[in-house]
Amino acid sequence: MHRPQDIACVELAAAVARGERAALADALNLLDDRREVPRERAAALLSQLQRDYPQPKGHLIGITGPPGAGKSTLSAALIRVWRQRALRVAVLAVDPSSPISGGALLGDRLRMQTSAEDDGVFVRSLSNRGQFGGLSAEVWPMSQVMLAGFDIVLIETVGVGQREVDVSRMCDTTCYVAQPGSGDSIQFLKAGILEVPHILVVNKSDMGDVARRTLAELGSALTREHPDGGWQVPVIATSATTDSGIETLADIMAQHHRHLLTQQQLSTRRQSYQAHWILKRLQEEFGSFGIERLGGEQALLNKLRQPDSNSLSQYDALRHKLNAPATDTQK
Amino acid sequence: MSQDTVKRDRPWLMRTYSGHSSARASNALYRTNLSRGQTGLSVAFDLPTQTGYDSDHPLARGEVGKVGVPINHIGDMEALFDQIPLAQMNTSMTINATAPWLLALYVAVAERQGVDPAQLQGTTQNDVLKEYLSRGTYIFPPAPSVRLTTDLIAYTVQNIPKWNPTNICSYHLQEAGATPTQELAYALSTAIAILDAVKAAGQIPADVFSDVVGRISFFVNAGIRFVEETCKLRAFGRMWDTLTRERYGVENPKQRLFRYGVQVNSLGLTESQPENNVQRIVLEMLAVTLSKNARARAIQLPAWNEALGLPRPWDQQWALRMQQVLALETDLLEYGDLLDGSPVVEAKVQELIAGAQAEMARVESHGGMVACIESGYVKRELVQSHTRRMRNIESGELQIVGVNCYQESAESPLTAGEESGIMKVDARAEREQIDSLLAFRASRDQNLVDDALAQLRSAASDGSNIMAASIQCARVGVTTGEWSEVLRQVFGEYRAPTGIDITAPNQGGSDALIAVRARVHATGEELGRPLRLLIGKPGLDGHSNGAEQIAVKGRDAGFEIVYDGIRLTPSQIARAAQEEGVHLIGLSVLSGSHLELVEDIIQELKKIGASDIPLVIGGIIPEDDARRLKAQGLKAVFTPKDVDMNAIMDTMVTIIRDANGLSSSV
Repeated sequence: MHRPQDIACVELAAAVARGERAALADALNLLDDRREVPRERAAALLSQLQRDYPQPKGHLIGITGPPGAGKSTLSAALIRVWRQRALRVAVLAVDPSSPISGGALLGDRLRMQTSAEDDGVFVRSLSNRGQFGGLSAEVWPMSQVMLAGFDIVLIETVGVGQREVDVSRMCDTTCYVAQPGSGDSIQFLKAGILEVPHILVVNKSDMGDVARRTLAELGSALTREHPDGGWQVPVIATSATTDSGIETLADIMAQHHRHLLTQQQLSTRRQSYQAHWILKRLQEEFGSFGIERLGGEQALLNKLRQPDSNSLSQYDALRHKLNAPATDTQK
Repeated sequence: MSQDTVKRDRPWLMRTYSGHSSARASNALYRTNLSRGQTGLSVAFDLPTQTGYDSDHPLARGEVGKVGVPINHIGDMEALFDQIPLAQMNTSMTINATAPWLLALYVAVAERQGVDPAQLQGTTQNDVLKEYLSRGTYIFPPAPSVRLTTDLIAYTVQNIPKWNPTNICSYHLQEAGATPTQELAYALSTAIAILDAVKAAGQIPADVFSDVVGRISFFVNAGIRFVEETCKLRAFGRMWDTLTRERYGVENPKQRLFRYGVQVNSLGLTESQPENNVQRIVLEMLAVTLSKNARARAIQLPAWNEALGLPRPWDQQWALRMQQVLALETDLLEYGDLLDGSPVVEAKVQELIAGAQAEMARVESHGGMVACIESGYVKRELVQSHTRRMRNIESGELQIVGVNCYQESAESPLTAGEESGIMKVDARAEREQIDSLLAFRASRDQNLVDDALAQLRSAASDGSNIMAASIQCARVGVTTGEWSEVLRQVFGEYRAPTGIDITAPNQGGSDALIAVRARVHATGEELGRPLRLLIGKPGLDGHSNGAEQIAVKGRDAGFEIVYDGIRLTPSQIARAAQEEGVHLIGLSVLSGSHLELVEDIIQELKKIGASDIPLVIGGIIPEDDARRLKAQGLKAVFTPKDVDMNAIMDTMVTIIRDANGLSSSV
């Protein structure tokens, strides 16, 4: 087996962009690796991808909601629809981990596969690695690598509250799945704890009255105009078990994607997410002192958000700069 | 008093759960067993038959004839009962998802033998609900499964009145880790779910509904704590009597009897010093015979060497002789109930009933047994109980002779010798079975087959009783795979919750666990990311205890575990390992198909360029096979002997370190 160390980043980036599964798996392992040399290679890979394959056409979708809302089954049903539409789907399934052992039980990948031999579906499970109130830092770069080779990238996360904020600051389209009969979601929405998603879904609509009530309550709980502007947040009923509403949901997701494209929001939004991730990563790697050396948080963000800047190449360059302290500070 | 004036109770039905290789080989075995004094038959089917695949299906590879007999069509069924008159026989069939089909074949064979099906006697296990919790031979989602179960019940109550249409199984719940209380609660909750469904289906007129209740029987487990187990059976009897009277208004006390058969516990049988299993089995048999008022109707005993591999005819004969000695030589059957009036027994019975009632109320409040299976609630509870048991064995709190105490032993003459004390299924059996299947398919009238399958499809879709169409399919030569495929298309397939998402204990764990955890973390640091492990159960075998316990322990040891439950194909496992970027693959196989499955998985890994991921396996794997597997590149083979799961975790870390060029210290 070829290890990422043995393949030039150019080659790996190309294989990832072609949607080669082994290459994608290698790239994900690389992005997960915290050692110094792999970190550098990861940065180089991301920068290479952005250089050779800018503006990936894929659609990055986040699905989130409380445990038990049926997100996995819903995702599986969506994947079936996307596969019927000949779209290739990559999934990042994020599960919680045990704070004591650091271990995690990750499952459910099988539900998402239409068949074992289907090359059009790729699933990577990830524990959130004990990150309270947030997704682990690997999720965003992983999603970017997946976007290079797949039409749809789906990030599935569990939780109510803070965690959705993370996912909504990463995806093109965020979809919140509510559990019928549980008032939590509505309370969170009203209290502003839950960032407004682009699409609200009441799954398990086969539950009848309970589902209808939740649907009505959600509908009235929020101002339908999304804070991004120009988008009315739809509230949709689905049932993964009876397979109803799934096609509609897939249509609406695609519609939101088109909306972002026509409003030219997509690239600015992605640019901004990128900037935030780079900032977070640099902070984690080099501390706030490192950020200060780069001129401080705001200046850095501004620089990274500049239109047409290849921020991932910049990340690569910035790392190098910070990694070479002796020459840098003495000058 | 002279011997001949003593009035003895009639002994229970004596059976041996058996079947292997082919219908012909199994038929020979049955006839031998009957000639040795066995009084009924208990048919073991192979996994493809149980999960609705023909012997030539890709998923059946390596499984044909392994844990039971392959039955593909009426020709096989006829050969299985060759020279065994069905009118006189009492046949128990351990069959669930495909129960209506195997009963249909049995009826069709009876017709060919010139026997009126109304005379048939026997049992179809036909309890799919427990398959979602243990054993794993389900096919369809719970709702259509319950419907098939109730169809069979309605059919036999009306057409084969002496048939036991369902054997509600608490047996496998105990194998999956259930405590006596849980066994009582979940078995009775299952019975409620089934009876309510029969009632709701409306096929049985209300005035004869009590006949249905009267035909419900149970299949129970008996573990080594035989006092508690006896009390459990007394509790079962009392709770069933109350339940049938109060919930279903059954007046006739005979129809309220708790009728049950037993297979004693296999979970407690050990691979180390396997001769000790003999006394375990005998004591467990006492639990279900001692109390006359709660005595088993039928008993089948496992063989002493079950944890080693497939028992030989001599091992089965030994198990039968144990029953005969108890029934014929001892004075047990000369007395009334020995335990009536004992305050100790009474107190224990009361305690079990109270516990079981509380759990049943919980199940009811969560929407009943079917809902609790779908939500994963019951499975989680069972995995948790089993985890507790394993922890107690590990800590020595639960003593098992020869396993975690008194391990030293002289060499056993029983397991010495060329065959190592087990039977080997002839590897040619699978090929021969497939050849005969192909010949059978070629010889039948395809038009009749197509018509019968069309009728089956419409019965499945429009909700009419499935049995008539199934019997017609049996007569004209439809195969097991064809029958199941039609129903798969109509009902869909199902994956049950794995139950492993139980919360981690909030204490740090034993010293050994803490030490392993430190090693897992250190190795993760050195490799740059947390250690990831794929636990895979390839093949059709659904016994997932081992895989579940390893998954939970792995999580506690700090691994990130990817586990997706049972019945994975080699290609699914290889792809999952690659996509998930795991450091090691752990396989679990108990059906004896390990050689074929491992070979296939190694192939698949090679195909996708992932053959550098190390592979280990756990299961019932004879030493010879273990050597062969290691020669193929497997890094470790774990068997039931390996009860120290921390040590297993530690070995896996070492293997990962080796595979990645790290020194084995740390």
